[in-house]
Amino acid sequence: MLNYTLRRLMFAIPTLLVISFIIFALLDLAPNDPTGNLPLTIPPEVREQIRQSLGLGDPFLIRYAKWLHQFFVNEPLNILSQITGADIFESADRLRIRSWATRSPVVDLIVQRMPQTLWVVGMSYVVGILIAIPIGIISAHKQYSIFDQLGTFISMVGFSVPTFFTGVLLIVIFSVKLHWFPSIYDTNHEVTDWSSFVFQIRQMFLPVMVLALYNTSQISRFVRASMLENLNQDYVRTARAKGVKEKTILLVHVLRNSLIPVVTVIALGVPTVFSGAIITEQIFRVNGLGQLLITSIQGGDIPVVQTLTFIFAVLIVLFNLIADVLYGILDPRIRYD
Amino acid sequence: MTDAPQPDIQLEALPQERSRAMQLWGRFRDHKGGIIGAVVFLIIIIAVTIGPYIHTIDPQFLDIRSKNQGPSLIHPFGTDNLGRDMLAQVLAGGRLSLSVGMVAMALSLFLGTVVGLLSGYIKWLDGPLMRLTDLFLALPLLPLLLVIIMLFRETLRAVFGPETGIFILIVFVIGITSWMHTARIVRGDVLSIKNQEFVLAAKSGGTREYNIILRHLLPNVMSSIMVSATLGIATAIITESALSFLGLGFPSDFPTWGRLLYDGANFLQITPSRVLWPGLAISLTVLSVNYMGDAFRDALDPHKVKH
Repeated sequence: MLNYTLRRLMFAIPTLLVISFIIFALLDLAPNDPTGNLPLTIPPEVREQIRQSLGLGDPFLIRYAKWLHQFFVNEPLNILSQITGADIFESADRLRIRSWATRSPVVDLIVQRMPQTLWVVGMSYVVGILIAIPIGIISAHKQYSIFDQLGTFISMVGFSVPTFFTGVLLIVIFSVKLHWFPSIYDTNHEVTDWSSFVFQIRQMFLPVMVLALYNTSQISRFVRASMLENLNQDYVRTARAKGVKEKTILLVHVLRNSLIPVVTVIALGVPTVFSGAIITEQIFRVNGLGQLLITSIQGGDIPVVQTLTFIFAVLIVLFNLIADVLYGILDPRIRYD
Repeated sequence: MTDAPQPDIQLEALPQERSRAMQLWGRFRDHKGGIIGAVVFLIIIIAVTIGPYIHTIDPQFLDIRSKNQGPSLIHPFGTDNLGRDMLAQVLAGGRLSLSVGMVAMALSLFLGTVVGLLSGYIKWLDGPLMRLTDLFLALPLLPLLLVIIMLFRETLRAVFGPETGIFILIVFVIGITSWMHTARIVRGDVLSIKNQEFVLAAKSGGTREYNIILRHLLPNVMSSIMVSATLGIATAIITESALSFLGLGFPSDFPTWGRLLYDGANFLQITPSRVLWPGLAISLTVLSVNYMGDAFRDALDPHKVKH
């Protein structure tokens, strides 16, 4: 197992390098000029100096190598020295990836935006999983019952209706007509007492529900299918013949086996949650990672876009790996070597 | 009494004589959701193609005096903030959305089938092509789509004009980033088919390699390509509307359903129906297509063959 994990890790490195090169090369084609918004009175030679100071003077491959060095060496070292509080290798002199628009290090921007995304998106994923598993179990247990048919239909709807429509629809119903929940997420809001906590819950409710509906419908389909597959197995018949209670069969024997593929699906879905949240964050004006990406794309802030896109790629590769390894650990019948 | 078994024998003989397509159609018909989905999808296509000839208001006609109206006899879906007729816009947007979905699906199917056939049939291509597929699967698609569109929008618009340029760009971008699942499925099918006797027979008969691929392998993987095709339309339509919803798809002059939704979202308080109709149209289309895909998959699933 360890051997397999190491082999996969070794393969992940070239994959990530190629992806980072693709992203970097693609963005390097960008026709926009970071000095384009500066006043026209700036003489051309000063303009050229500004471009140099932004690191645009070097040839393409050198810039790519520098970016790689900053991303893989400087930024991790920086995080390390921030955590430990120690000054490792003169951290003040270290070159960092900086945003063209705000001139602050990209990683700092990401650290600022991360909590909102994790709160809203992460919460919706957890809520989705918590709702999906019981629905899937009951649907499979009472196959073709009204509950099952209704559940399958709703999950099909939740799976098909895009989040930008459910989001807008919920805003129309719950904020415009009923005034129950705010339609805009206030990031500056701090939880200090009970009433502010209630406000926080209320403003999180709509975005979390929109994403949770989508996640629930996807995961519950998997849980149902996986449970149904296991319910027809011989060991279930044996357990029933032995007189094990139906509840025990369902919740102990079958559920444990059915959750193995579900866990991998959940792990595989984590990175898509981040990119899918781009749209939901845009609807509810949550200023998380997705919104940072959109504003940087619209503003032509190449370093931010490069770094964020690459982080998304890292997440995908990482969670693919985690899913495969988890599958091997949970199911002893799987032998990779 | 002695004559009784005879009809039974005939009944049993019938399924063997029926062609495979008929069998599939029979099983597709058993899936109620699939039939409803197909009917709804057909209705949407017919409405979008014939609708503009019945409801003849020009979708871009500005009538500023009747702006932000609710539904009326002249404007069944109401009007937008510039007085444009919403029904006409939804119909025109549907044409664009559906054609983007279908053309992008065709492109992604073509790429996926070619990659799948080649990597399944030609051994030395298998490794590199599958690595390429893995690589594409690891790309963060939505951010990359946004970036590509931001980069090439202006150039293509200058060359092909605003509508055709963005159409080519979006179709190309969606097609090139969604072929991977088709490629994997086709490769798996080819791997299981290519060692069967009929391929061997064709080979020993001196059939050329490309003829084996086109005449013998391709028809046999067609059924799984069909499933990918239906699901491909759904993803393509959703991706296009998501891009338009983020403001990086079609411009307002040539609105798709996603763009109408995006433009309408700013007028939620005044005219919520501007969001409702395009959103319903997208949802119904995707839902019906997904049901059709489910029915196809069930019809093709060998585990379900019991008759």
